[in-house]
Amino acid sequence: MSSADLVRMANQIAANLRHLGDEEAAKLTAGHIRSFWAPPMRADLLRVAASGGAPLDTIVMAACRILDPSLGIAEPGTPLPADLDAAGR
Amino acid sequence: MTLLREHDLGTPARSSDTVVTIEVDGMPVTVPAGTSVMRAAALAGIDVPKLCATDSLEAFGSCRLCLVEIEGVRGTPASCTTPAAEGMRVSTQTSRLEKLRRGVMELYISDHPLDCLTCAANGDCELQDMAGAVGLRDVRYGYAGDNHLDEPKDETNPYFTFDPAKCIVCSRCVRACEETQGTFALTIEGRGFGSKVSPSGTNFFDSECVSCGACVQACPTATLEEKSVIALGVPRRSVLTTCAYCGVGCSFKVELRGDEVVRMVPYKDGGANEGHSCVKGRFAWGYATHKDRVLSPMIRESIDQEWREVSWEEAITYAATRLKAIQERYGVGAIGGITSSRCTDEEVFVVQKMVRAAFGNNNVDTCARVCHSPTGYGLKQTFGTSAGTQDFRSVDQADVIVVIGANPTDAHPVFASRMKRRLRNGAKLVVIDPRRIDLVRTPHVEASYHLQLQPGTNVAVMNAFAHVVVTEGLVDEAYVAERCEDDSFADWAAFVARPENSPEALAPITGVPAGELRAAARLYAAGPNSAIYYGLGVTEHSQGSTMVMSMANLAMATGNVGREGVGVNPLRGQNNVQGSCDMGSFPHEFPGYRHVADDAVRAIFEEAWGRTLDNEPGLRIPNMFDAAVEGTFRGMFVQGEDVAQSDPNTKHVKAALAALDLLIVQDLFLNETAAFAHVFFPGTSFLEKDGTFINAERRINRVRPVMRPRNGKQEWQVVCELSAALGHPMHYDSTSQIMDEIAATTPTFSGVSFDLLDKVGSVQWPCNEKAPLGTPIMHIGSFVRGKGHFVATPFVPTEERTNRRFPLILTTGRILSQYNVGAQTRRTENVRWHGEDLLEIHPFDAEERGIADGNWVTVASRVGETSLRARISDRMPQGVVYTTFHFPESGANVVTTEHSDWATNCPEYKVTAVEVRAHAREPLAGANGDGTHEDTPTDVLVGH
Repeated sequence: MSSADLVRMANQIAANLRHLGDEEAAKLTAGHIRSFWAPPMRADLLRVAASGGAPLDTIVMAACRILDPSLGIAEPGTPLPADLDAAGR
Repeated sequence: MTLLREHDLGTPARSSDTVVTIEVDGMPVTVPAGTSVMRAAALAGIDVPKLCATDSLEAFGSCRLCLVEIEGVRGTPASCTTPAAEGMRVSTQTSRLEKLRRGVMELYISDHPLDCLTCAANGDCELQDMAGAVGLRDVRYGYAGDNHLDEPKDETNPYFTFDPAKCIVCSRCVRACEETQGTFALTIEGRGFGSKVSPSGTNFFDSECVSCGACVQACPTATLEEKSVIALGVPRRSVLTTCAYCGVGCSFKVELRGDEVVRMVPYKDGGANEGHSCVKGRFAWGYATHKDRVLSPMIRESIDQEWREVSWEEAITYAATRLKAIQERYGVGAIGGITSSRCTDEEVFVVQKMVRAAFGNNNVDTCARVCHSPTGYGLKQTFGTSAGTQDFRSVDQADVIVVIGANPTDAHPVFASRMKRRLRNGAKLVVIDPRRIDLVRTPHVEASYHLQLQPGTNVAVMNAFAHVVVTEGLVDEAYVAERCEDDSFADWAAFVARPENSPEALAPITGVPAGELRAAARLYAAGPNSAIYYGLGVTEHSQGSTMVMSMANLAMATGNVGREGVGVNPLRGQNNVQGSCDMGSFPHEFPGYRHVADDAVRAIFEEAWGRTLDNEPGLRIPNMFDAAVEGTFRGMFVQGEDVAQSDPNTKHVKAALAALDLLIVQDLFLNETAAFAHVFFPGTSFLEKDGTFINAERRINRVRPVMRPRNGKQEWQVVCELSAALGHPMHYDSTSQIMDEIAATTPTFSGVSFDLLDKVGSVQWPCNEKAPLGTPIMHIGSFVRGKGHFVATPFVPTEERTNRRFPLILTTGRILSQYNVGAQTRRTENVRWHGEDLLEIHPFDAEERGIADGNWVTVASRVGETSLRARISDRMPQGVVYTTFHFPESGANVVTTEHSDWATNCPEYKVTAVEVRAHAREPLAGANGDGTHEDTPTDVLVGH
């Protein structure tokens, strides 16, 4: 799945849970992704989050840290890994 | 089984707390107060002769055949219109009555053709029966007088003939059209000798008749007769089964001569339909023996090659070999399956079992993904269970009915007839829909409010409703305190009470005048019994799940869950979409809606199936397509689904299918999806299946075979053999064993068995030790999750926006005579009512674009374009266009987008920004102008 699609889906979840406050929304977003997303999709999302190169909602970023506490977040602007290139997918 | 003839008790049942005992011909019988003498007599085993009376219709008292003598009562009252009273002594057979009845029959027969021996109804004619019953020997009037024997037949309806020469003007057909169907298409024109049945002053086909067949079923003579009976003769045997069209799940008697189906007649004791039907189930079953049926397995190396017919063994071995090769090269998760919402529970169960146990992953999903998956999510969050709360009968107790995003007269017609009956009897109606559906104003039914909201603003409307309920003190405080969570209610109430959720603040967004919305909300809250019925106009949105939760919130806040006449009722579209979900056709859930990560649940299936199972969620259908395009998902088994036609963004779906190394399709016909297949397993129609369907009421109904599988195997047998070839043998001696396994592993089904269903007809799950005969109404006393949970539902507008390039919103729906992608109905005479999908466009929008009625137009979105003919209609508000999706040529999903529900990925079919342009010249059908669309492979069977 393209990173653009993953970002869109994850951000959409966050948008619908934002009203709960950042902390609770992040927890529920993480729970939702863990319950309903297949492992490859979760892994790809975490790699997008780690790259810092895609416009992920801050709630989604927080959710990714819950899903993988060891997640290292790169500086914004760092190029995406080649296999997660959002262009043209 | 011989021909099943239900006992006609003459007049409808009455329910009462009081009973009365009467004597009929010396035999005592006790009945509820209000029961007619005729029905009481019938219950005592005495059938009083009758012609105008039938127990599906209210008494009429016109034929004067059912006269009786009652001690102490003057004259000879009609037993059908006389209520039984305590102590009555009735005589049904006296010499006086016999003389009167013979006289009545003489009059009828004096104006009736004497062609019994060649009549299509010979042996199945109540007039013939009554002539015998009254001992008619001659007609003293002779036959030379004025008569109606030369009246011309009306053969315009493709399925039945109206022969007025045989009509006895009993009015049963007129009354059936009124009381049972609610269309009021028939009337008695004229008076006295000139009286005749008239379909709105024209012929049947051109009238308002919806061809439900209620009149044909009610007719006591051959006046209204199925053309199939005329051609083939009266049937000889019956098999009870369940319709394979919509989620109402009507029970039918399939009536046959040998193995040849003569007709389908709705079963009076059918739990869902109680003797009624619609044009599809009643008449459109011919597709089962259509020449397009593929009956032999076929394989090919690549999709540009011709199909090759092979044996079952070769096809299954080929499929298994290729699936295994894909997994060896690309990993266990590189293959998956889609189950069908048209197949039986047993057939679906074995497919999800094959995916989990033989494929070794959870990449299984079903078409509920694209329709009611938000229902599953939303109701589970709030009530604790993923299904509707009531049975259909519950609507009889509703005082206020709210229909949101549903068009029941077209999509669930038999249930709609029941709803209309309740509305005619005084219930109030609120319709929330951008389109003016028929239900808004139909004979003797008018909505109190039609909130014609902007597409994509459902949640805003519900929040406004809730705002009214909370801020105007309309909450059922006692109910909430007893049955719901305090804290989640408090949070929700605070949320909806905010000024930004008021009808006034939201009116500019929703397009619904605040005053109307407030009045509708007050009506719902006042009840006393208020019920919500909803469809895909709720779920197929980016906030589909949120909308389901908002309706559940409203129902809880007003105390409208947990008894008859109320509830949150999803109108499930397909005949077994409920069952397909119940059987665990989800990447994250086993049968019974239990998460795959739940160790205790997984252990049940691991023990039953003898292997370790994946504890991670698998891919949903849209994820499978994305992964296929990406190259990580390479093989798919598609059971009875035409995703290339039904799923959104056709270009993307076709690209995904084309990218697969192996596509296996199990279906009746070569459809749009099969164009991309490498293996074709011929499937079975419902007339050949043996199993169960589950309807929108959670009702488990039997599907019984009337003929042997024309492809040589039951579909579940094919799947079991494929699973065995993949290394996981699955053996069942009979279909009932599959249900036994379902019952053994799924608590909500633990009491279900074929034996039970044969005994009681049908049960609604949960059916277990606590509810051995099933559960019609859920959440009585407490919710399945314990206390009801409120969820705040902020309105998040869809990302699909109109702009200058695409200024209109396209929404989609269904029509009565066609069904979904039309695979079945397009292969029947139903095409005469709807031979193509049309684009409904408001007169102002049409005028702005120079479009006249019937013109070809291009409908374009940012993902694609297609061509349709325009129909100018003010059903839609300005700015909104509408079409159906029953014909592959119309390509409605060429234009729908990737937007979907945030929680479930249910596609947002109901909101697509489009532009509509008139064609410069009249093109051929299809977006390519030559009868095809972009990417249409050459061997695709299109149309009819």
